[in-house]
Amino acid sequence: MGLTVTTFVVISVIKIVIALVVLLTAVAYTTWLERKLVGHIQNRWGPKRVGPFGLLQPLADGLKFIFKEDLTPPHVYKPLYIAAPILSLALALTSISLVPIGNWVEVGGVYTPIEITDVNIGLLIILGITSLGVYGIALAGWSSNSKYSLLGGLRASAQMVSYEIALGLSLVGVLIMSGSLNLREIVDMQGGHMWAWIPRWNIFRGQIVAFFVYLAAAFAETNRVPFDLPEAESELVAGYHTEYSSMKFAMFFMAEYANMITVASIATLLFLGGWHGPLFGPWWLQNILPVFWFALKVFGFIFLYIWVRGTLPRFRYDQLMAFGWKFLFPLAVANVLVTSLIVALQK
Amino acid sequence: MLQLVLFFVFGTIAVAAAVNLLAQRHPINSALSLVVVMASVAMLFLLMGAEFLAAIQVIVYAGAIMVLFVFVIMLLNAGEEERTAGSRVAKRLGFPAVVLLAGLLAWTLLTRNQHPATVELSGRFVGSPVAIAQLIFRDFLLPFEVTSVLILVAIMGAVVLASPAGTTTGRGSPEQPPAKREE
Repeated sequence: MGLTVTTFVVISVIKIVIALVVLLTAVAYTTWLERKLVGHIQNRWGPKRVGPFGLLQPLADGLKFIFKEDLTPPHVYKPLYIAAPILSLALALTSISLVPIGNWVEVGGVYTPIEITDVNIGLLIILGITSLGVYGIALAGWSSNSKYSLLGGLRASAQMVSYEIALGLSLVGVLIMSGSLNLREIVDMQGGHMWAWIPRWNIFRGQIVAFFVYLAAAFAETNRVPFDLPEAESELVAGYHTEYSSMKFAMFFMAEYANMITVASIATLLFLGGWHGPLFGPWWLQNILPVFWFALKVFGFIFLYIWVRGTLPRFRYDQLMAFGWKFLFPLAVANVLVTSLIVALQK
Repeated sequence: MLQLVLFFVFGTIAVAAAVNLLAQRHPINSALSLVVVMASVAMLFLLMGAEFLAAIQVIVYAGAIMVLFVFVIMLLNAGEEERTAGSRVAKRLGFPAVVLLAGLLAWTLLTRNQHPATVELSGRFVGSPVAIAQLIFRDFLLPFEVTSVLILVAIMGAVVLASPAGTTTGRGSPEQPPAKREE
């Protein structure tokens, strides 16, 4: 490495602070984007009073959450009731630390990856962290000691465990093609073009089925419409976070949006070519452009998320489970088989 | 140096959580303690350089199996255990057995050539995904496949045992109300 411990710690702390600030700002403005877009889809204006185009609305929301009374219902199991939102948010924020958003950078003579740390099996660790996220929701539902919360928590854990399988399998095709679990290497494999103009992104190299399996499973993993049964307000009030108020509720909310951003980042890295895109202009622009392309792709994915939310109705619970187990899962397995066959034949 | 510190941190957490698992009276607290044990053991794997094993430990044990444990506890709404005096056999045989086991472990560790406190923390453990894949899919292919068949048999047995008599086709009628079909 050639780094002293002090430089390592200083650089890590700086990167953690930057990553957290950027991520939390992105989370805040994803809520703004969602309200604005859904508003326009439904022929309304969305937020427009606080600041120009309502751009200060997330700030106002945050202040409101902080000043609301933090109510702890008397019937809850307190240790887990308090731990659940912390766990949710902490895990949601941790997974982003492994997401590479661009090339290595050189700052003051130190050469360092742009993400917080570059791990050999980054993808597996991200999957591991997100697979723990279900505890936050399940424990919130259980410790609240209310029937709506419990049903929401049960639904959420069943749904997340089921769709995790399809999600994981949909990634296997990409892993077989790139032969690595390192996110940076997977992205590097996708540079350049085929037939002069089609980018060599995995989605154009035969992984389009896997991409759609991933898309559907990711929507379910993050409990978003059309799979938002854990918090179906018409049947369960608000699902697992019914009994939460103030910042504790906000933490669940932030965790959900942070998870959306992580899921969008993984889709970008694995299927959409990561930070690859046309590079032009002076050297400083060439350094910024990869991060810009990455952000643009993540934005596109989140736009799709919100678009779907504004368009599709909610599934029924048995439809949800049937879709996950009887359609997505076999499709993902078939994709793995076909991909490995083709890769084996090419060798 | 840092690795040694981390080893003791996570080792202590693992042991403390394991003790807590036994001491807690509520099943959900015990289950969560077990999750903490799994996660700390995964960190120990990571310190030894077995990164793949660590990730799988978290994904499979902490992320899937223990979720099902917690799920079942939530579904059954299991309450706190009642404290009993405990069995006399356990008291008379248990403590000597613990002493014996601890002594055996200490003796094994001390009589090895290495210094007892040196655990291989250098990251030279063969634990990369490639190494494990070569072990599983080349050197031990037959045992691996046989194990998977065994697991398949176990799954089918569980399905047969769980379904009520006469409904082993596994096909629910489409008119069935959706609320019944949790999993």
